Amino acid sequence: MVRLITHNLLACHVRGCTSNNFPLVFKDVQLQLKEAEYNPDFLRGFMPKLEWKALVDTAKSLNNQSLPDQAPEPQAANEEFLKILHHVLLEIHVEEGAMLCPNCSHVYPISNGIPNMLLQEHEL
Amino acid sequence: MSRPEAQAPAEIYYGDSEAQKYTSNTRNQRIQAEMTNRAIELLALPPDESLFLLDIGCGSGLSGEILDELGHVWAGVDIAPSMLQVALEREVDGDLFLQDISQGFGFRPGSFDGAISISVLQWLLTSPTSHPTNSPPARLSRFFTTLYAALRNPSRAVFQFYPETDDQITLITSVARKAGFGGGIVVDYPNSKKARKVFLCLMVGSGKYASNTKGDGMEVDAQDLPRGLDGEDDDIAEKKSVVFERRRAREQGREKKGKKKVVDKAWILKKKELYRQRGKDDVPNDSKFTGRRRKPVF
Repeated sequence: MVRLITHNLLACHVRGCTSNNFPLVFKDVQLQLKEAEYNPDFLRGFMPKLEWKALVDTAKSLNNQSLPDQAPEPQAANEEFLKILHHVLLEIHVEEGAMLCPNCSHVYPISNGIPNMLLQEHEL
Repeated sequence: MSRPEAQAPAEIYYGDSEAQKYTSNTRNQRIQAEMTNRAIELLALPPDESLFLLDIGCGSGLSGEILDELGHVWAGVDIAPSMLQVALEREVDGDLFLQDISQGFGFRPGSFDGAISISVLQWLLTSPTSHPTNSPPARLSRFFTTLYAALRNPSRAVFQFYPETDDQITLITSVARKAGFGGGIVVDYPNSKKARKVFLCLMVGSGKYASNTKGDGMEVDAQDLPRGLDGEDDDIAEKKSVVFERRRAREQGREKKGKKKVVDKAWILKKKELYRQRGKDDVPNDSKFTGRRRKPVF
């Protein structure tokens, strides 16, 4: 399964594709919701790494509108916000579909929850 | 028996049946678990914190399960679809990617708090893959430079692998160094042929983790390069004495003890049963005299 937490860290690694290669756009997705253990300390520690706008846009593309447009400071984040963040980052799994690079249009297919990141010869 | 990486590319060697065998073999499970735990120890992570880690060559999730147990969130990459399939069946919690690490990573800078890799690096050195990549140095370079970028500063990456020659070790460490990593090789039990394990312990920045939750930026105590295990006692006083003196003391102790302990009846019966199973012809029958205590003169 690909969760949004990992997706928010993933850019396209085709040779020469270095700008506008993030975030990868989901296409034709099938989602699955799986419960995960809630860990507020982990989430607070992780927040600095997130690209917030990309996360909100991606969540919206998966029909999830629960995230605010602005992220609070990690120390100031309250329980309610963290619970929403936990759900979006760790409990939404993309099982089927594809990820598309907005720059070079390379398609990374996802099957059985596993994205295929293998590149062709001309992309190395 | 030649090494696996000399036989076929990893994604072909680890086909469906090999993936099942590899994963269900209990001896393999135990060894992989030991190496994973040792690698995690070498990572010197701040205690009791959930971190975001990368499992390079996660395979069927033997190492990933241990990361799950420790409460870490992780992502794993592997080139063999059959192995990833087994990982799915084992329902590991990490995100799995079908990826050729010699093609480089696409993760954003500073994504991971650390990385482990168990029994993987040697595959980058010898076997060609069905996927287009170049010579080992080029592959290693692409791998290490993109990994360096994907890791946070400071952090570590620990690789257990099976080098065939010293040249391989030199190649790997030099490419890793060029990519910006510090650190080096840690060898556990260097004198034992069976127990010897080689770990590449790479560091980004100082390699010393600052704790996420302890707000004052307290640094976790980590030595510059961890020492390998050598099977000796951890007693510091013992360490001071010269090595061969310790061995001499051990030898003398052994002589004093005399011949090996008395064999007992249960052992004898077990041994005879074993011989019978193996098909030896003239194993004496068991009777009330088997393993009987005899007078010392005998």
